[in-house]
Amino acid sequence: MKLKVNGKTAYFTTSGREIDKKQPTIVFVHGSGLTHVSWVLQTRYFAFHGYNTVAVDLPGHGDSEGPPLETIEEMADWISDLLQTLDIEKSSFVGHSQGCLIGLEFAHRHPQKLELLALINGSLAMKMNPELLNLALNKDSKAVDLMIDWVHGPLGQVGGHPVPGLSHIGMGSQLVTSNNNGALGADFNACDKYTNGEVAAESISNKTLCIMGKYDRMTPKKVGLELASKIKNSKSEIIEDSGHMSILETASDTKNLLKTFFMENN
Amino acid sequence: MTDPKTYKFNTKTLHSGHQPDKNFGSRAVPIYQSTSYLFQDADHAAALFNLEEGGHIYSRISNPTVAVLEERVAALEGGSATLATASGMSAMMLSLLTICSAGDHIVASSQLYGGSFNLLRLTLPRFGIETTFVKPRDLEGFKNAIKPNTKCIFGELIGNPGIEIMNLPEVSKIAKDAGIPVIIDGTFNTPYLCNLFDLGADIIVHSLTKWMAGHGTSMGGAIVEKGEFDWTQGNKFPTMTEPYVGYHGLSFAEEFGPAAFTMRARAEGMRDFGPCMSPTNAFNILTGIETLSIRMEKHIANTKIMLDYLTNNENVSWVNHPSLPDHPDHDIAIKLMPKGPGSMIAFGIKGGRDAGQAFINAMKLTSHLANVGDAKSLVIHPASTTHSQMDKQSLELAGLTEDMIRFSVGLEDMEDIINDFDNGFRASQKPRLVASR
Repeated sequence: MKLKVNGKTAYFTTSGREIDKKQPTIVFVHGSGLTHVSWVLQTRYFAFHGYNTVAVDLPGHGDSEGPPLETIEEMADWISDLLQTLDIEKSSFVGHSQGCLIGLEFAHRHPQKLELLALINGSLAMKMNPELLNLALNKDSKAVDLMIDWVHGPLGQVGGHPVPGLSHIGMGSQLVTSNNNGALGADFNACDKYTNGEVAAESISNKTLCIMGKYDRMTPKKVGLELASKIKNSKSEIIEDSGHMSILETASDTKNLLKTFFMENN
Repeated sequence: MTDPKTYKFNTKTLHSGHQPDKNFGSRAVPIYQSTSYLFQDADHAAALFNLEEGGHIYSRISNPTVAVLEERVAALEGGSATLATASGMSAMMLSLLTICSAGDHIVASSQLYGGSFNLLRLTLPRFGIETTFVKPRDLEGFKNAIKPNTKCIFGELIGNPGIEIMNLPEVSKIAKDAGIPVIIDGTFNTPYLCNLFDLGADIIVHSLTKWMAGHGTSMGGAIVEKGEFDWTQGNKFPTMTEPYVGYHGLSFAEEFGPAAFTMRARAEGMRDFGPCMSPTNAFNILTGIETLSIRMEKHIANTKIMLDYLTNNENVSWVNHPSLPDHPDHDIAIKLMPKGPGSMIAFGIKGGRDAGQAFINAMKLTSHLANVGDAKSLVIHPASTTHSQMDKQSLELAGLTEDMIRFSVGLEDMEDIINDFDNGFRASQKPRLVASR
């Protein structure tokens, strides 16, 4: 689905469903260099179980018009603007990785628009390895290869995708490569520069679920637990077999944790 | 900076797609000989049927053993997804029918396996899908054959049986300019000899029955998706982009992105046509793939020995293999497949059709049968067997001559195969006597 946000084309999927104003809404925000496709094993479930789901392509990603936004704060404001364009007053927010930083800042800057918050494979800050950052800024394909290596735990590296026939490494590589035209570098740069995580987290009073992967090398569970400790009404869950891509590596576990969280709190 | 530590090719042949069994610790891939799978509850069942979550419902659609093979092939090819099928032909059929409907058009290389040629020439036209055939070296021909309703270019990198090499990088440029995907049959090259995605393919189809399985025991095919092709361009691929009523308005391109083609091929193709692979065949093919690299290395080494023998044999009128300097596609073949352009040899026997039949009848060790890519050496006379349903014009278009012997080089000690061939050539010098038996 496409519409104009701040004069530029914004793309998001609702899993083919019309937005029903009587239903609660969840906005899903992807990680660095990814798109709405990374959420397919969560969004379709909620879309067919009483929720409006809005899985976005951030500006400059997927089918959303560029250029990519330069700061996490701008991205949080863009989500707010998108919801306003959709005439949605309040929404829950589910973020993955960089999407967690955006979630923190969305909650901090637009608290009146937030219902529930779920942060998957997140942390308070995401300082980037300088060499990886430079590779991505130079649109070097090695940045994609390194990222795809690091985001997958032992399960994702070998395989065993929840959807028969799909390859974690292959899917991930294609998704990120398609955004290695500047979006990946811009994302890494935005993560690297973001310093307001702790302040934002401490300002959040909404019920929050933090999901971590036991084998996450990008945002290890230690930093995930630190994030959760700064949010007053938060609950933490660690998925045993997951690396940094819990939404795909352990898609059903992630979906079930989200399902329980939303059922308990709606 | 350190290099990525994702697994390399040989490790993938052994491990990709398989997590050791949590219940019993089985290291080998278990054969899940089950038609169907218990649902956790009604909600889980509904979610599976609506593609809301991954999992298995019924083994026509997917099966845990077959899924390991699918992931392994995807990993070896560097694709986003793979769909395994009952045979190479069903892989080809499903790959085309996933994007083609009545009124659509295909541009195909004229150098194709006889079954593939007949599907395009005879069967698909009955369903309103027409094909224009182009000689694989005729780049201008590919360009000129594309029409507004053309949905893809189909070909084989190593043509069968003429062993012409398609200039895939150039054909791919033509397809990209036209906004259509290139579907390549990679059976003869396997992912060991080259990566077809790097060369410009968008979709790869395989007969896994051949070199991938490698032992002549099990039928199987695969469709592998690179995941890069933009199905939304030009409103040309409605099966990928328009809401599909069969799944509550699902748009495959929107929801599954780099795996959209595979998801549509499985959700619709396996549901409605049903050419599924058996789990036992998947197990056998997985076992074969574990030794793909060392088998292919040996196939290529043995091919060199046999080329040396055949090119110096007085009973042979011509030898066709892209590694030979006089092959018209030698340069492009070596460029695209530096490890060697396959282990299929075509040669002409002095004395024509009768001599060829006498040669084949005299084989004691080399098997006369309709297969290629076995560990055992195989020979056949295409004009009277695999391509016998083609008319004279089609035979000429495919580069087939009546004296042609197709030779799939196996893994035996080549000294023994040479002894067998020596006997065959001696017999071929008495073609009238043999023919009158």
